[in-house]
Amino acid sequence: MIKKSFIGMAKPQLLCEALESVLPEPEKISISARATFLLKMPHGQSVGKSSFSFEEGDKVITGQKLALAAKSNEYIVSSVTGKISSIKPFEGNFGQMYTAISIETAQKEEKDKGFKQTVKNVTLENINKYLLNSPGCSSLGILSDSAKPINTIIISGMDKDLLVTTNQYILKSDINAVKKGIKILKEISGVGKILVAVPPHLMDEASVLNVRVKTVGLDYPAAFPELFMKNVLGTVLPAEKSCEDAGVCFLSCESVACLGNAFEKGEIPVEKTFTFIKKDGSNVLVSAKIGTPLVDIFRELGVSLRDKDRIIIGGPMTGFAVYSEDYPVMPDTDAVMVQDSADVSYASDYPCINCGECIRICPADVPVNMLVRLLEAELYDEAAEQYDLHSCIECGLCSYVCTARIPIFQYIRLAKHELACTRSGENHSAEEKNAK
Amino acid sequence: MQNRQFIVSHAPFWHNGSKISSRSYNTVIAAIPALLLGFFHYGSPVVGVLALSISSAMIWELIMNLITRRPLTIGDGNAALTGTVFAMLLPATSPWWLVITGTFFAVVIGKQIFGGIGSNAFNPVVVAVAILMVSWKDFFDFNEALLNYDFEFIAAYPLAELKHFGTSAITSFDTVDLLMGKQTGGMGATFGLGIIIGGIYLIIRGIIRWEIPVSFLAGVFITALLFNISDPLKYANPVFHICTGYTLIGAFFLATEDSSSPVNFVPMLACGAFAGVMTVLIRNIGIYVDGVIYSILIMNLICPIIDKIRPKALGKVV
Repeated sequence: MIKKSFIGMAKPQLLCEALESVLPEPEKISISARATFLLKMPHGQSVGKSSFSFEEGDKVITGQKLALAAKSNEYIVSSVTGKISSIKPFEGNFGQMYTAISIETAQKEEKDKGFKQTVKNVTLENINKYLLNSPGCSSLGILSDSAKPINTIIISGMDKDLLVTTNQYILKSDINAVKKGIKILKEISGVGKILVAVPPHLMDEASVLNVRVKTVGLDYPAAFPELFMKNVLGTVLPAEKSCEDAGVCFLSCESVACLGNAFEKGEIPVEKTFTFIKKDGSNVLVSAKIGTPLVDIFRELGVSLRDKDRIIIGGPMTGFAVYSEDYPVMPDTDAVMVQDSADVSYASDYPCINCGECIRICPADVPVNMLVRLLEAELYDEAAEQYDLHSCIECGLCSYVCTARIPIFQYIRLAKHELACTRSGENHSAEEKNAK
Repeated sequence: MQNRQFIVSHAPFWHNGSKISSRSYNTVIAAIPALLLGFFHYGSPVVGVLALSISSAMIWELIMNLITRRPLTIGDGNAALTGTVFAMLLPATSPWWLVITGTFFAVVIGKQIFGGIGSNAFNPVVVAVAILMVSWKDFFDFNEALLNYDFEFIAAYPLAELKHFGTSAITSFDTVDLLMGKQTGGMGATFGLGIIIGGIYLIIRGIIRWEIPVSFLAGVFITALLFNISDPLKYANPVFHICTGYTLIGAFFLATEDSSSPVNFVPMLACGAFAGVMTVLIRNIGIYVDGVIYSILIMNLICPIIDKIRPKALGKVV
């Protein structure tokens, strides 16, 4: 953990991890006895057994799609061959409901041919149908959203959070796949402008990709899309608008490499590479099948956990903690971090003392000191109107430096979530009125 | 497989380790040089007043915590800090009841009734001193309060001399002597060099910001200079104003108090300069001998509005 130095006058500078020049070999995690997949459920939908096109005891083979019976775009792709042992509801962050599907793996692996038969057919439709659950690929769906036409694709070889080197590793180790992926992207999306954003030390690697390369410093949070757009592209994204609204789509190197590999090999990729951050802050790259429970990874890496330790999916600044070591590796798991109970920092219920540390560190110039006063009182609308709630890019730096240790970042996320809920509620009621 | 209990909380999972108590205690440490010289000049009464001030401030805080049934906050060191800074402003001969009443005004009236740390609109110490100054002004008349002391330097309160006898009375004060604390005044407020060293320590540690003290002193200097140029016989030179009274302690310890001072860059400069200008205006035109206390109170009053001057947030379209 990076602490404040004795000379506290200067802003603390947090640097993202640069991948070393000698490429590390990722630790390969062998197939575990059980794999779990979390299928995202639409909001407000009750989950009955009949909602699924599959049930407990069914046989599943590698690469097989599992989806809801009702029309829903969400699906998962099994990374193993075996038998469904349980189907349970699972609640994630901010009340997002999932269905946890556990599969007991069989000895012999069989592969689903569904994707292979259509592999010649390189279309957006095919990608949406098979690849959205592949490592890092969930954002590929944006490309086929007709409501938000994309004119620029930015392929990011940067990692958003501290200590994470997953994307840098993919760019370095699998540059040919990235190249193929870019070719496919060009063909199917019809987007003329494709950029690659990399940290300065990967400039040489990226230059072989035959697209324009932009470098971004390693200082946190320069890799955030909003800041990238402002500093590199020179367009300031209006608050409350997403990059897609502005016609810019950010894809990770991993997803592009995945695209290249999938159509090359005719298989849906199911191996996820991610950074594992150990208790002492050192990190290793790990490659495991999607769905592998974290406990298997801990065992293979020789990481022992005790009571009151913390398991974090994602990096130290923006990740989220999970309460069970049975939590699986997901397609968007870029990092897994374990934290010793001695290093766990607690939030306090102190009020803001107006020291101004957050003001000075905020990359988006949000008046955090005033904002947090309103958020504590649940005045979300006023916070958004007067104190720029929606300008926040969610980097977590304000909480990191907060002297009073207020969980500011969580207050902000909660406020945004609540506002989104009320707004979608209003939309629903408006639709109902129209229907009447 | 045994079932282990893990801690779940929200991002970020790192913290830079700063905390309120270390801020408070570092500020107390920064006050030590100035207080040491006070001890050297006035002897054991300094220890008595200081100890009583810190302990009574903490006890007031504890009592308020218990009455309002809120969590105990004396551990954050803020009450101790209030007691320390309050004692620095007092004459060493202050009677015990004055100290206890003062810390009551500081902690209870100045801070706790607003809702505790972070909620006070005014600097608690300044509120207390202002009330005491109005109520028992004889105890803040340093010439009277320190009558029984025998110093090896001029035992007259410089600002009072200036007020009553004009610039001719202050020619005997040497700037270096003033900075080295060879003057009468509050028991921790006279050693200019010590206060500056403490202030620089606080700035380096990132506990206070340079903008407020620098602009405060610049405000004092420029305003005093203008007065001095307009009538050198009537108005003292700017260096004299900076080295006497509560100017330096006001710049580094009073105006910079967290919750009553601004946080944005331009407002910090504006508020600091405003308080500096007001200080000299009160000293030169007003009836009070020293203007620091009241000018900081007025600054506290306007700073929430001034603090609205801030950079435009990312992506804000107005």
